[in-house]
Amino acid sequence: MTNKRYGANFIYRQSFIELDARERATALFDAGTARELLGPFDRVESPWLAMQGVTPQEDDGCVVMKGKIAGQASVVVALEGAFQGGSMGEVSGEKMTAALDLAYADSKKGTPTSAVILLETGGVRLQEANLGLAAIAELMGSVLLLRKHAPVICLTAGTVGCFGGMSLVAGLASYVVMTREARLGLNGPEVIEQENGIDEFDSSDHALVWAIDGGEQRYATGLVDALVEDDTPQVVEAIRKFVEKGAPAVHRSSQVDLYRSRIGALDTSRQWDPKELRTLWTAKSATEGKQ
Amino acid sequence: MSEFTGVRGTVWFRALTGQSSPMPGDPKSVLTSDALIGKEQGLFLCVVPDPHGRFPCARHGEVGLEEAYTLATRIRQLIDESKDTIKRPIVAIVDAKSQAYGRREETAAIFLAAAAAADAYGSARLAGHPVITLVVGQALSGGFLIHGYQANRILAFDDGGVMIHAMHKEAAARVTQRSVAELEKLGKKIVPMSYDIRDYAKLGLLYKLLHVENPEKPSVEDVQKVKDELVEAIADARSGPHDLRNRLESKGALEMRKGSLLVRSKLEAQWAEK
Repeated sequence: MTNKRYGANFIYRQSFIELDARERATALFDAGTARELLGPFDRVESPWLAMQGVTPQEDDGCVVMKGKIAGQASVVVALEGAFQGGSMGEVSGEKMTAALDLAYADSKKGTPTSAVILLETGGVRLQEANLGLAAIAELMGSVLLLRKHAPVICLTAGTVGCFGGMSLVAGLASYVVMTREARLGLNGPEVIEQENGIDEFDSSDHALVWAIDGGEQRYATGLVDALVEDDTPQVVEAIRKFVEKGAPAVHRSSQVDLYRSRIGALDTSRQWDPKELRTLWTAKSATEGKQ
Repeated sequence: MSEFTGVRGTVWFRALTGQSSPMPGDPKSVLTSDALIGKEQGLFLCVVPDPHGRFPCARHGEVGLEEAYTLATRIRQLIDESKDTIKRPIVAIVDAKSQAYGRREETAAIFLAAAAAADAYGSARLAGHPVITLVVGQALSGGFLIHGYQANRILAFDDGGVMIHAMHKEAAARVTQRSVAELEKLGKKIVPMSYDIRDYAKLGLLYKLLHVENPEKPSVEDVQKVKDELVEAIADARSGPHDLRNRLESKGALEMRKGSLLVRSKLEAQWAEK
């Protein structure tokens, strides 16, 4: 799936990355089925930003849409990377958690409702600090509830990527979809450099950053489930496929024995070439490994 | 940052379990033990510093790859053992500086390790285990998401050495382009930004603030008091739902999380519309 659109068709690609959160969310639904909930006209914005001199946004940088994907009830929550770096505040966080809880309630009542979470985020919004961190913890709790009944699919397309506490949400997901342009990691390169020095991580070394956090590496090491081009039809197809597939019997984050033994086997006396990990951790063993 | 991170963790782990060594095969940075709490055996877990740990960026009490997978292993073991029996309580003792910030950690996907530990705690809670978190020192950032934040009930000491926050002061100041002094001043006005545990308590996320006379050298009375509070929190957790909704239904949340409550009521109404 990954390369067929390169070459002559390259210029005909419909970029997904260039879409904003609302356009991205809309694109994922079956045509004409999407309905936005708590949109900008409802004007539920962050109560904390204005008092710090930061202009709030009337959807708090989080778009919630309900509709059908591949004919099945679904909800999409999309973080807008262009607003405060897609950061999790009280309102954006609660929008996500409440949407997943409603999907869970419907699923339990007999309408399995998948959730697709579009992650373009650096994690907690520091102006809302503890409420942002709490929102992530509560969202994680809701992912654990819903994923037993319907798949929770995380998509990080770029260019913000997915970092901080929200990377744990991706870790809990039933399926993760990435593009080559996207990055996924707990600590961003700048944070590591700040905390432990440039020898630990040179954040200006973009090749290194993508070699570690980039979609291609995460896919090649079995940590995400699909790698797609920055092409809207490809992204849509990947999401539809996972909605149709339903929730897996064993989630990646529950495969503790497999990953614990992999960590135990690593030589920690040196830094690794990320490519080494591709042979040690193959995609197949990660998705099919047993608890 | 306190240079004594982990001292309180070790002290309270020992006080509550009588143990202070890791389980065979586990890294020295993760203490786990069964111990009597009330009339039953609870599983106690704590992450402590190990200056000789395998991962250089996780030697000072940070929660790293090994710590996260070890916590997950021990919790999953308990879940498996108690499938058809009474769901024993889990007590997470928290004095964790942060998650581990390292290149090895990112390469080996610490985001997944972190999720695996949170998954184990959350799955234990959903399976009916009362999961109680006792914050005795620092509970910062990803460290707390990994170890403690999935609990049914969170207790913390009402003490200047206790801090629950999204990011430590120096880093938060850098990222928001403020001085530490400015940040502290803002915290006085904006409750979720405050580093003071009493302000944190106002957010309605805590089950209880506990006062102990000497958190670094607890007396027999202090320890007994904390044990009694844990027993009460376990009973309270058993009496309620297994999800995290109690945090948003608390008195504190009614006052401090009006935005969250508004989102929830509006979204619920619009969700049901055709």
